[in-house]
Amino acid sequence: MVKDQEYLENKASYCLDLAKKLGATEVSINVGSSISETVNFRNKKLDESNRSDNLGVYISTYIGKKKSSISSSNLLQDNLNILIEKCIETTKNTPEDEFNALPDKDLLAQEIKELNLYDDTHIENDDKIKYLSILENSASGDKKIINTESSFTEDKSNFILANSDGFCKGFKTSSFVASSVAVAKDDKSMERDYEYTLKCHYDDIKSAEELGKAAVKNTIRKLNPKKIGSEKIPIIFDKRIAKGILSTFASAISSSAISRGTSFLKDMIGKKIFSSSINIYDKPDIIKGLGSKSFDSEGVKTETLNLVEHGILKHYLIDTYNGKKLNLKSNGRSGGTSNLYFDNGKIALKNLLNSNSKSLYITETIGHGSNIITGDYSVGATGFLVEDGEFKHPINEITIAGNFKDMFQNITLANDLEFEYSTNSPTMMIEGMVVAGK
Amino acid sequence: MSDFFEKSDLSRNDAENIISDTLKKCDDGELYLENSKSESIILDDNKIKNSSYNSDLGFGFRAVSGEVVAYSHSNEISKNSLIQSSNNLKSTLNSTKGTYNHFIPKSNKKYYDNINPIIQKTLNEKVEILNEVNKYLRAKDDNVKQVTANFSGEQKSIEIIRSGGDTLTDTRPLIRFNVSVMLEKNGRKETGVYGVGGRQSYDAYLKEDNWKNVCDEALRIASVNLESKPAPAGEMKVVLGPGWPAILIHEAVGHGLEGDFNRKKTSAFHNLMGEKVASEGVTIIDDGTLDNRRGSLTIDDEGTPTEKTVLIENGILKNFMQDRLNARLMKTKSTGSGRRENFRHIVLPRMRNTMMLSGKQTQDEMIKSVDKGIFAVSFGGGQVDITSGKFVFNCTEAYEIINGKIGSPIKGATLIGDGPSILKEVSMVGNDMMLDPGIGTCGKAGQGVPVGVAQPSILINKMTVGGTKL
Repeated sequence: MVKDQEYLENKASYCLDLAKKLGATEVSINVGSSISETVNFRNKKLDESNRSDNLGVYISTYIGKKKSSISSSNLLQDNLNILIEKCIETTKNTPEDEFNALPDKDLLAQEIKELNLYDDTHIENDDKIKYLSILENSASGDKKIINTESSFTEDKSNFILANSDGFCKGFKTSSFVASSVAVAKDDKSMERDYEYTLKCHYDDIKSAEELGKAAVKNTIRKLNPKKIGSEKIPIIFDKRIAKGILSTFASAISSSAISRGTSFLKDMIGKKIFSSSINIYDKPDIIKGLGSKSFDSEGVKTETLNLVEHGILKHYLIDTYNGKKLNLKSNGRSGGTSNLYFDNGKIALKNLLNSNSKSLYITETIGHGSNIITGDYSVGATGFLVEDGEFKHPINEITIAGNFKDMFQNITLANDLEFEYSTNSPTMMIEGMVVAGK
Repeated sequence: MSDFFEKSDLSRNDAENIISDTLKKCDDGELYLENSKSESIILDDNKIKNSSYNSDLGFGFRAVSGEVVAYSHSNEISKNSLIQSSNNLKSTLNSTKGTYNHFIPKSNKKYYDNINPIIQKTLNEKVEILNEVNKYLRAKDDNVKQVTANFSGEQKSIEIIRSGGDTLTDTRPLIRFNVSVMLEKNGRKETGVYGVGGRQSYDAYLKEDNWKNVCDEALRIASVNLESKPAPAGEMKVVLGPGWPAILIHEAVGHGLEGDFNRKKTSAFHNLMGEKVASEGVTIIDDGTLDNRRGSLTIDDEGTPTEKTVLIENGILKNFMQDRLNARLMKTKSTGSGRRENFRHIVLPRMRNTMMLSGKQTQDEMIKSVDKGIFAVSFGGGQVDITSGKFVFNCTEAYEIINGKIGSPIKGATLIGDGPSILKEVSMVGNDMMLDPGIGTCGKAGQGVPVGVAQPSILINKMTVGGTKL
């Protein structure tokens, strides 16, 4: 079992008291416990089981405007004593930084909303094995599939966040993840693709059968890809790639990138950075939401932000330190976004595919080609050529490139938004990007 | 050396008994104990932004039977905790009938010293150097708008206890010093990043103002990028500079030669052993035995001494990189390539220092032979799709080549190629092999491990450059 609230609170208050006794003027502590159990299958046989029992403490101590931090997975009292002593010593020797501070007290969360993020169900290994057997059978249905791997993970976590201003709260979360990866082969090519399902509650995950079938479908259709010529062509991003573009937007409006001047969206508040049909929300209180939370990693309460309204940037994602630097109040986004999504577009996916006589539908990108300083984007891509609304043939070994400043102004969204992850996007079309191929 | 049993109710003798009992019907397995200490000091935006220290302790208990791996890990080194792990392993492998392989090669060679780099320099000394770095760079160029510099240091002690009580230990230092500079001129912003590191003390990199070289290089790259033009799009010839660009070899070929992907037949190389996979003159090795290098290991994370493994010799595929599990199933021996990020992870076959050896040509000859192409000097990260063989990497410093001459710098573009065929497109191998500065971290299955790369300049006949200029 994961450690209960009482155990974590006791550890936190021990550390807090000791740090204050040794001279800290302010202290912030996170104590966490998690247990994760995974079973993996390969080619219909058990391949691996893995149990992971984790404990961890993260402590920041302040002496006036000086700050230092330590972390450890060893929660034995002897070790905590040594570490806290070391942390205080280091704090004394670390130069002052005028922006170091705990969050403003009036911003701290007063309550934990009931968001139904924890499911106590425990899936025994034998039941995980049963699920995976069905999954693997469903994923091995086609002769072209030469390899299958699948995995089931159950995760339970608990934590306490405490600080010397009296904040002391935490909550349990759970997750159940199943994934299926298939490799298909024909005379000319070998391709791999996947499907997965991730939910807070066991009853909400996809059925094993459905998951295996989806992985097979995704993989088989990639076989025998062609390379295409270099040209400017409309790009349609599958939801699983479109959400990545939304995540890049989120890192570009993080207060740390803004305060350091290392974002192409610096000084853009109030300006139109997307086409006017675009609305972006970050909503922390979705019931069973994978990114839901009542407070951020500093204890600041979180509220829904309409980050982009009719194409206009309204908010940065602000934490305490960078907020002070920018002269803005924290909006509870230390540690990033919660449930981030584009509002649905107006056009059906079918019509989006049909809106140009020729376009590329991208299902996978590789490489780390997003530069949030300049906005330049260039990644390797795999997908399909779409002609008159029909998928013609798979495509690979191409790159797609553009600059986010232009790309954002040329986004059209379909009306197929679903809440499958913590960051979600409908299918997205961007016009004006360059494909490099032959 | 850590004594993992000193403050525990678990004695070494108890542990050995539990290990031997758990693994008696298994083919392999061990208890892996780890104690690591690490620090990070970051200067950013004119201030010391963070000084942090981490201490990590725990064990990972592994049982292997046939192709099945059972693993359980915990932070608590206690009798209860180990017994619980043992029960977990037994419940997964309840019907196994293996014979434990006791053989593990031994060696006395060491490739780094038993030092703790963290305590060799005081916090104040490190803070002082970071402040000097900041002052130096901002004084050197008025366009410098942001400087980030950091030290990170680590000492990791490991102990491997095998069934029957065979014990292997290692203590590994690792440091890294990194500088990132952002320039702004006429509203345009560009960055340059450079770093150094390896398995030795900070002083090995900082003596006699060596840190200034790191700063100068970061500034030089940023200045080049400030003048860069949009990159071309399409297939063309590519000259790669020596050293760090060998990340191409790592992504394009290295991952595909790891034992697990080949045993599972998911690598594009799995049926090519003994075949010609590269142009003549191309020899690639993976070497864990270079003194003080970032990717070097005295023993791997299963206790096998590392070695120099020839992967491709004069164009012919010779060996895969193996851990014990994949070696046993493929009926060969471990190449000392079994690695894990830490005790929370299972062992996988991984690269160490992957190097393409020198040939005979000069970089000059390569440039002169190209009518239209690009010259790539440095890269950011790369990635590969093992199955299709397609790989990418992002240029952080590159130039166009026109009519045999180096032209303007070009903006960061992604290069994409096909792993199994790219080495056949290598038409010249330079005489200037260089090691990278010691900055690589390789990711696989969610585990990051430090690695090194090396190569001479090479000419590739055909690659797709992912620019925006048609």
